[in-house]
Amino acid sequence: MAELFTISLIWSTIRLSTPLILAALGGLFSERSGVINIALEGMMLAGAFTAAAVTYAVGNPYVGLLAGMGAGALIAAIHAVACIRYRADQVVTGTAINILMIGIPGFLSGAFFLSSGSTPQIPKEQLIPDTPIWIAFALVPLVWYVLYKTPFGLRLRSVGENPEAADAAGVRVAKMRYAGVLLSGLLAGLGGAYLSIGQSSLFTRNMTSGRGFIALAALIFGKWRPVQTMLACLLFGFTEAVTIQMQGVVKLPSGEDIPIQFIQMVPYVLTIVVLAGFIGSSRPPKALGIPYEKER
Amino acid sequence: MNLLRELLFPLIAVVAAFVVGGILILIIGDNPLAAYALLFGSALSWPVGIGYTLFYATPLIFTGLAVALAFRCGLLNIGAEGQLYVAAFAAAWVGIEFGGVFIKSPGGDIVNSPMASLPGLILIPLCFVAAITAGAIWGGIPGVLKARFGSHEVINTIMLNFIAVALCSYFTQYHYKIPGDPIMQTAAISQSAHIARLGNYVPGFPQWIPLNLSFVVALICCGLVYLFLWRTKWGYELRATGTNPTAAEYGGISVRKQIILAMTISGGLAGLVAINEVLGYRYRYYDGFSDNYGFTGIAVALLGRNHPVGVILSALLFAILQRGGIPVDAFTEHVTKDIVQVLQGTIILFVAAEAFFRGPFAKWGLLRRSKV
Repeated sequence: MAELFTISLIWSTIRLSTPLILAALGGLFSERSGVINIALEGMMLAGAFTAAAVTYAVGNPYVGLLAGMGAGALIAAIHAVACIRYRADQVVTGTAINILMIGIPGFLSGAFFLSSGSTPQIPKEQLIPDTPIWIAFALVPLVWYVLYKTPFGLRLRSVGENPEAADAAGVRVAKMRYAGVLLSGLLAGLGGAYLSIGQSSLFTRNMTSGRGFIALAALIFGKWRPVQTMLACLLFGFTEAVTIQMQGVVKLPSGEDIPIQFIQMVPYVLTIVVLAGFIGSSRPPKALGIPYEKER
Repeated sequence: MNLLRELLFPLIAVVAAFVVGGILILIIGDNPLAAYALLFGSALSWPVGIGYTLFYATPLIFTGLAVALAFRCGLLNIGAEGQLYVAAFAAAWVGIEFGGVFIKSPGGDIVNSPMASLPGLILIPLCFVAAITAGAIWGGIPGVLKARFGSHEVINTIMLNFIAVALCSYFTQYHYKIPGDPIMQTAAISQSAHIARLGNYVPGFPQWIPLNLSFVVALICCGLVYLFLWRTKWGYELRATGTNPTAAEYGGISVRKQIILAMTISGGLAGLVAINEVLGYRYRYYDGFSDNYGFTGIAVALLGRNHPVGVILSALLFAILQRGGIPVDAFTEHVTKDIVQVLQGTIILFVAAEAFFRGPFAKWGLLRRSKV
């Protein structure tokens, strides 16, 4: 086992955790404001596709990164308007967005790049493999500070826990929730952008492959708190790194491969166990998922 | 009048989604009317188009029913995807283990001895039982977790989806794949476990269209779910729990029991997708076979107002999209089959955010007595 814990494994863990951290921190803003966000997956896809397409067109990955964040926010705006303005079911809306975002990138790349679902290859010098990593890890203390030490964070948390009381205290519930969801779109879009123009060099069909859901799992595993969520992302990133490194390399004493499927399951099983309260309780924000109707 | 109102918003949502899709098609430089004509024309052509449309509708009826039944109890089962995977694997497992199929691994040969197979009359029902049971267990787990620990079924079903896919993939890869097969699929199930294609019964209907008796089973299930929900005590209690759990509890209904019951039945219904896929179409478990059936089931249930008849109608609509998307992909300049997902997502979005349409309608006085 010792040869497993190498520098390359640590580095790979960090790289694989980065998109999870970005998306999970995004989800944190949304869910702490009381809006369930299972659309992280779709927002990441929006970010990944837009970042790759814009970088290819403009030739500057930073413009691509910003465009990816913008696309995430745009998708988040749809989620926000449906859930907050029209009080739609948040899980259903999130599902709709995820389905929509399986289609939209393929639809657009078919039209613009005459391909079936991927963008053209981006030259190596136009990729940003490192910057998003620093951003992700720098964001963790920043999000912690914003959430717990600023009036904005206090208001955000209050509308997620007890919107009636927050409203009575003069906090504008809808506005705070819009802010929470839009921030989640920006960050998830950034996480997606990192996948296409950081880790990879193009957008491929459904390239997030469930990372939005793993980020959501990490958020719950981290009990909706920034630092714990980061640790959960690192753990899940580590399991992914181990899966990749172990494939065909490490064998059981009997000479057979270790089934990677069991390692892949770890994040999901842990989340169920934590949610059931077996390892300390994980309590969601009280008003999570409940649309708020202002009394008149 | 009530029926009209029930139909009105789903219809508006569908039309609005087609308008949005049409605008998108226009933007990328194709003719939306031509694309839609192609879509519906091919999906509704006799017999191939209709055959495939009904074939695609079959799994969607099962998952739509599954989601609708859970919805009636106030639960959102977005785990139909995982439930149908474990069920499909279970059905294939029975079709292999009790069907006289032996896989000698590693490196050995596959031995298929029809003599050692159970006869179809026993084997097919056994496969049904396996599929329903596996689905029911996979649906029941989040039910129990919610009833016992109060943990949200949405998160648990999402997690169980991934676990199901990984588990089935493990068993396929390490135990039931024919050694050397590059495709991630199990060995074929026994011939006795095959269920008949409709081409055997309908004159002029080609045998090679995979539409099979599962479609009839799906329609029967719609009837059974209707009877269960509206004609039995359990069904009444289940709906009462969904409408108002607190009142139901005061009325002497065990809400916890209802949650577990609803999730179990829901999982079992989703599990029936297995019979269409494994017993009627591919005759094996194929890794990653589901084309988002579980998630589309949410759309089917919502659009169908969580009613069995509505489920049939909306499953047909989504099946038309799925079938019609193929020629649209091939015969238009720019539009790819992704338009199907775009339309699906937009439809759900509009159905979910129904208030978006309710506003203007209330303003025009068309919906004065709207309750919701």
